[in-house]
Amino acid sequence: MGYRKIRGVTPPGQYFLQGDEACAEGAVAAGCRFFAGYPITPASEVMEHIVRRFKDCDGVFVQMEDEIGSIAAMIGASWAGAKPMTSTSGPGLSLMMENIGYAAMTETPLVIVDIQRAGPSTGQATRPGSGDMLQVKYGSHGDYEIIALSPWSVQEIYDMTIRAFNLAERFRVPVFVLSDEGVGHLRENVTVEQEVTVFERDKAPGQPPFHTDEPGGVPPMPCFGDGEKLLVTGSTHDPFGYRKTQVSEVHERLVSRLVGKIRNRADEIVDTDSYFLDDGPDVLLVAYGITARAALSAAKVLRDEGQKVGLLRLRTIWPFPERVVVESAQKCKEVVVPELNQGQICREIERLLDRDVISLPQTNGETMKPTKIIEFVRERAVTQP
Amino acid sequence: MVGYQKIEGRIPEQEWLSCGHLACPGCGEKLAMRLALKALGKRTILVVPAGCSAVVDGMFPHSSSMVPFLHTAFETTASAAVGVRAGLDVRGVDNVTVLAWGGDGATFDIGLQALSAAAERNENILYVCYDNEAYMNTGIQRSSATPWGAWTGTTPYDHPKDRPKKDMMAIMAAHKIPYAASASVAFPEDYVNKLKKAKAIFGTRYVQVFSPCPSGWKTPSDISVKVARLAVESRIYPLYEIEYGKRYTITLDPGPIAVKEYLKLQGRFRHLTQAEIDQIQHNVDETWEELLEKVR
Ligand SMILES: Cc1ncc(C[n+]2csc(CCOP(=O)(O)OP(=O)(O)O)c2C)c(N)n1
Ligand SMILES: [Mg+2]
Repeated sequence: MGYRKIRGVTPPGQYFLQGDEACAEGAVAAGCRFFAGYPITPASEVMEHIVRRFKDCDGVFVQMEDEIGSIAAMIGASWAGAKPMTSTSGPGLSLMMENIGYAAMTETPLVIVDIQRAGPSTGQATRPGSGDMLQVKYGSHGDYEIIALSPWSVQEIYDMTIRAFNLAERFRVPVFVLSDEGVGHLRENVTVEQEVTVFERDKAPGQPPFHTDEPGGVPPMPCFGDGEKLLVTGSTHDPFGYRKTQVSEVHERLVSRLVGKIRNRADEIVDTDSYFLDDGPDVLLVAYGITARAALSAAKVLRDEGQKVGLLRLRTIWPFPERVVVESAQKCKEVVVPELNQGQICREIERLLDRDVISLPQTNGETMKPTKIIEFVRERAVTQP
Repeated sequence: MVGYQKIEGRIPEQEWLSCGHLACPGCGEKLAMRLALKALGKRTILVVPAGCSAVVDGMFPHSSSMVPFLHTAFETTASAAVGVRAGLDVRGVDNVTVLAWGGDGATFDIGLQALSAAAERNENILYVCYDNEAYMNTGIQRSSATPWGAWTGTTPYDHPKDRPKKDMMAIMAAHKIPYAASASVAFPEDYVNKLKKAKAIFGTRYVQVFSPCPSGWKTPSDISVKVARLAVESRIYPLYEIEYGKRYTITLDPGPIAVKEYLKLQGRFRHLTQAEIDQIQHNVDETWEELLEKVR
C-alpha cells in the first residue's frame, strides 16, 4: 500500500512515439488494466494504442456506446479494484460531466485523458485548443475538486499519465491529463525507465470508506469482490455510505472534506517549472501545454535582445499553483498569459494577483507561434531595460 | 421472387446535392444522400449529427446540399429532428419532410436512446441511417453495426469483431412504427420507392441504407456499387419493409450467391479463414430463414 516501485511492462529504453501513444504507454506502466473508450479526434490514438498494448498485459478494453458509458464503466471498474482510464476530447468530455461529479462525490479514482481540440461544440476537430481548462474543474454541478495535469512534451505526457494514476489512487479523485492536440499528435523521443513508482490503494477492511479522523483526509478505499458489503452512492452519505440526504451536518462535513482533501494538500500535488526567474524579470510569461514551448522559445529570443523575460510553466492546472504564481509575479512589472482560449487561466491568475494581467489569447485552431509572443511582449509589455 | 425482376419507378432527374463535396471517391453515403434528396425533393430539412456526412458536406461552394442543414451534436439526431418538426408545427408549416440523417454509430450506438424515444412517441420524422458499418469519420473504429469477423481499428486482425451486427431493423419494428425499411445504394429504384412511400406516411419512419465505404472497408473506390449489390445478392443485406412492426415484405431478392463472393473483395475480411467464412454463410442462411418466417 502507498507508493512503491515496480518493474515496468515496457522494456526500458528510447522510443519514438506520438503523444497519444506515449500516454497509453504511461497508463500501462502505471498499472492501468481497464480502458473504456469511445472514438474521437484527436484522442482516438490513445485508445487504439492501448488496445494493442493490452494484449501483452491482459488488460480489458471495451469500446463503449458513448462517453457517458465510458466514464460510468470506469466508475464501476474502479470500485471493482481496477485502475481505469479513458481518453476523449471536447464533445465527449461534455457528455461525461454528470459522472465526473459523481466520481468526485463517491471518491472514485479514475484517469480521464482530454486531448483538447478547438471548441466550442465540434469546433475544429483536428486542431489544438485549450478551451476545457475551466470545464474540467467547474463543469459538473455542486462543489468539488479534481486534479488536472498539463504536459508539454511526449516524454511528459508519458510521465504525467503515470503520476495521474498515482494521484487518483492517493486522493481518490478523478484526475485529468489535460493535454492538447499539439502534444497528442506530436512525435518525439521518450525514455522509458526500468522502474516505475506506483501508488497502491489502501483498502483497510472494516474501516469506514468515506471518513477519516484526519481533518480533510483521504479515507481508505475497499473494493467490490473482497467480501465487504459496500454501499456507494452519489447522494449525501455518512462514513459508511448510508444515505443521509436530510441531514445538514453530514452534507456540510462531506462536501468540505471532498474539497479540503485536495485544497489542503495542494503543495503535495502542485508542480511547476520555471525559466529565467532568478533575476526578477520585468515580464513574467505564464504558460502551459503546447503553448509553453512557444513561450520558452520567445523568452530565449527576448533574453538575447536584452529584455528581462521569464517563464513560469504550469505542470499542474488544478489545484491551481497559487503560491508559486503569486511569488513568481511579485517583482514583475507585467504578467502575460499566452493560451489557446479567450483567457481562461489568465482570469484565474488575475483573481489571485489582484492586479491587471495581460491576456494573449488565440482561438484560431493553431498552435501559438513564438513570434506572436515575442512581438506582443516587444509592443505591449513594459520591457525597456 | 428469386432472381432479378423489373422494379417499377423512376429516379427523379432534379438534383438537390451539388458537386464540390469532400467525400472520398466511391463514398456510399454521398450516393445515398443524392438519391434521398431526389426522392424527397426541395421541401426537405436535413438534420445531421457528427460523422462523415456532416464533415464532407462541402468546401466548394461551401455546402453541397441544396436544402437546409442542421448539423447537430452526435447523440441528438432524432431529438433535434423532433424539435425541428415541433417548430414547424408551431408555425403551421406542414409541407416539409424532416429528414434525420445519421451514420450507423450515430444511430445504433450513441443516438439510440434519442431515436428510440422519438419512435416510441411516433414523432413525425423520417430517419435515414446510412450504414457503413463502422465509425468512419474518426478513422475506422467498430460500431454495433460492424459485422461479425470484420477488421476495424478497435477490432484488429488478430481479434476481429466477435459479435454479430445489431439487428436495428428488429429494434425499430419493436417500436411498432408505421414504416421501417432496409435499402441499398446498389438498388436505387427500390431505395427511392421506399423513401417516397415513407414520405407520404405520418409518424416515425426508419430507412437503413447500405452505404459502402472504400476507405474503411479496404476496397478499391470504383467497386462500391458492386460490393453493395453483392451484399444483397448474398443475402447479407436483405431488402425488406416492415409496416407497423408486423407486416414484413421482401422487396427484392436477386440472389442467392455465396457470401464468399462478397467478402473476398474487401480488405476488412482479408484475414478470415475458410471455417470462418463457412460460419458467416451459416449465420446468413439462418437469418434469412428467420426473415422468411416473419414474411409468412
Ligand atoms: C459526443 C461525441 N463523441 C464523439 C465524437 C466523435 N465522432 C465524430 S464522428 C464519429 C463517428 C461517426 O460514425 P458514424 O455515425 O458511423 O458515421 P460515419 O463517420 O461512419 O459516417 C465520432 C465518434 C463526437 N463528435 N461527439
Ligand atoms: Mg459509420
